[in-house]
Amino acid sequence: MGSIRLEQVNKTFGDVTVIPSVDLDIDDGEFVVFVGPSGCGKSTLLRLIAGLEDTTGGRILIDGKDATDTPPAKRGLAMVFQSYALYPHMSVRKNIAFPLRMAKMDKAEQDRRIEQAAAVLNLTDYLDRRPGQLSGGQRQRVAIGRAIVREPAAFLFDEPLSNLDAALRVGMRLEISELHERLKTTMVYVTHDQVEAMTMADKIVVLRAGNIEQVGSPLELYHTPRNLFVAGFIGSPRMNFIEGPEAARYNAHTIGIRPEHIAVSADEGTWSGVVSVSEHLGSDTFFHVHDSGLAESITVRAGGEVGFRHGDRIFMTPREDVLHRFSADGLRLA
Amino acid sequence: MATQQSRSAARWMMAPAVVLLLGWMLVPLVMTLYFSFKQYLPLRGGDLGWVGFDNYIRFVTSSAFWPSIQATLLIVGGVLVITVGLGILLALLLDQPMWGQGIVRILVIAPFFVMPTVSALVWKNMFMDPVNGLLAHLWKFFGAQPIEWLSQVSMTSIIIIVSWQWLPFATLILLTAVQSLDTEQMEAAEMDGAPLLSRFWHLVLPHLSRAITVVILIQTIFLLSIFAEIFVTTQGSFGTRTLTYLIFQRVLESQNVGLGSAGGVYAIILANIVAIFLMRIVGKNLDA
Ligand SMILES: Nc1ncnc2c1ncn2[C@@H]1O[C@H](COP(=O)(O)OP(=O)(O)O)[C@@H](O)[C@H]1O
Ligand SMILES: [Mg+2]
Repeated sequence: MGSIRLEQVNKTFGDVTVIPSVDLDIDDGEFVVFVGPSGCGKSTLLRLIAGLEDTTGGRILIDGKDATDTPPAKRGLAMVFQSYALYPHMSVRKNIAFPLRMAKMDKAEQDRRIEQAAAVLNLTDYLDRRPGQLSGGQRQRVAIGRAIVREPAAFLFDEPLSNLDAALRVGMRLEISELHERLKTTMVYVTHDQVEAMTMADKIVVLRAGNIEQVGSPLELYHTPRNLFVAGFIGSPRMNFIEGPEAARYNAHTIGIRPEHIAVSADEGTWSGVVSVSEHLGSDTFFHVHDSGLAESITVRAGGEVGFRHGDRIFMTPREDVLHRFSADGLRLA
Repeated sequence: MATQQSRSAARWMMAPAVVLLLGWMLVPLVMTLYFSFKQYLPLRGGDLGWVGFDNYIRFVTSSAFWPSIQATLLIVGGVLVITVGLGILLALLLDQPMWGQGIVRILVIAPFFVMPTVSALVWKNMFMDPVNGLLAHLWKFFGAQPIEWLSQVSMTSIIIIVSWQWLPFATLILLTAVQSLDTEQMEAAEMDGAPLLSRFWHLVLPHLSRAITVVILIQTIFLLSIFAEIFVTTQGSFGTRTLTYLIFQRVLESQNVGLGSAGGVYAIILANIVAIFLMRIVGKNLDA
């Protein structure tokens, strides 16, 4: 009941083309994440699906029916905004009830749904407060509550966690994932944070300048990025890119190797360099290695107990089975 | 204002302004109170001594008193309803993106810069004149008998004139409030299935409540004392004699300063009653 299909959807504002042409299938019940750098058109694409912007061309199908010209309220989608967009002068209960009131649902059913949503979201004690009296995380939950009581065909989230502090963000990320497990409703989630994308998504859509660079499961993107952009965007810390003679050895213009796929040693290895900064996280240590003759800086991940310091010369050995090769125009070589 | 020294220096520097303002306010107030207890007829014998509360009793028992209160409240109420209502409408329209927005906004605000006397004269002679006025021509164009605005519907006419002057003020204040409305909230409501009218009722109006309060409070203070518009149009006849105008007539036309001063004290009391009343109703919008 919640499949969404985009066919050659494009969008221009005045003479600026934000979305050149997008084709995408979102299956019922899927958790799809749009990820990409700021300004790449993620929000615009989500708003096109929501109906808050008109398409310049192309078709949007919801449940197989053409919804391109359907007004937002009639699409059966619910959206959670980045600013939460709660109604400030209404109590939490009234906020959550608003879509139900607008649908002229009977009072008993309204109350049942509100109580249920409040229980799921831990809001029962706050139903009579105003949004202004809540913390960021609670406001976020109210916004989600307002979306779930409608029992929509799909949820749309636009960077819902970007206004929260780091600890809360991790908590809310889990809550949203759990909500998806429980409701099994289609969710389309926009973020610029690749960690959120990797941890939450069934399917990730990587966007750059309004174009889809790659669509796939988190592990597909991690293991077989289609091009340099996706390779650099997915994974943290970033993949190391090496050009020149070392790449030529592998018959490629550029080779990419993730920090976690390089082994370090004090006395032997394929490459060598000098540790410039070492970041000890306890569980892991990240070394930023200079003077390797390969690239400006190579990032390496090692275990938490590995204790090289600034200025130490170390040796690095890449795992050749997970080495990525790219052509001169940035595409993956098989 | 950290140290003792800077605090006392600040006090000394503010003193002249405070003294001036106090004098500015207190001298006329004390003089009004003083004269209100006197029989003072400048052209008929001058100061005829203390009379106690005689002036106060004569002022309220005169047949003109209650009608004048009624006229005052009617004008204030009428103008408030029109300016707030149309102000909200205009603010919403001006907020829409359109070609020539800047010029349109200046045009809307322009009436506020016209002096009350001038605008009343313009309305009286150019629009409401029963023979040559534009409205008379309009009525004739449709084959109707022109209305004698200032004598047949004098109260309505004055309310129209004053509303025209104050509409820009209301619009301006409300426009700034409309512009601060969060667009994501409106979009959220749109997705929640709220049609245009519901969005206005449930989101826009509550958002504007504080601005509406400010408009009502400020306008009431100024509208209670309107004078020029009545002076140049009806001269207080045809039921348009407000409290202010009545006081003016007592002091200057009947040359009875004592009686007029007593009226002035009543005006102060009325203004305060209205102010407290308004604060009670709308004041809660101002906190939080
Ligand atoms: N209403 C608009 N008018 C003009 N340009 C817009 C509008 N909305 C977005 N854009 C432009 O479209 C591009 C993509 O915006 P957006 O979808 O918000 O990016 P993202 O959400 O990925 O950060 C940006 O360059 C932005 O300036
Ligand atoms: Mg965005």
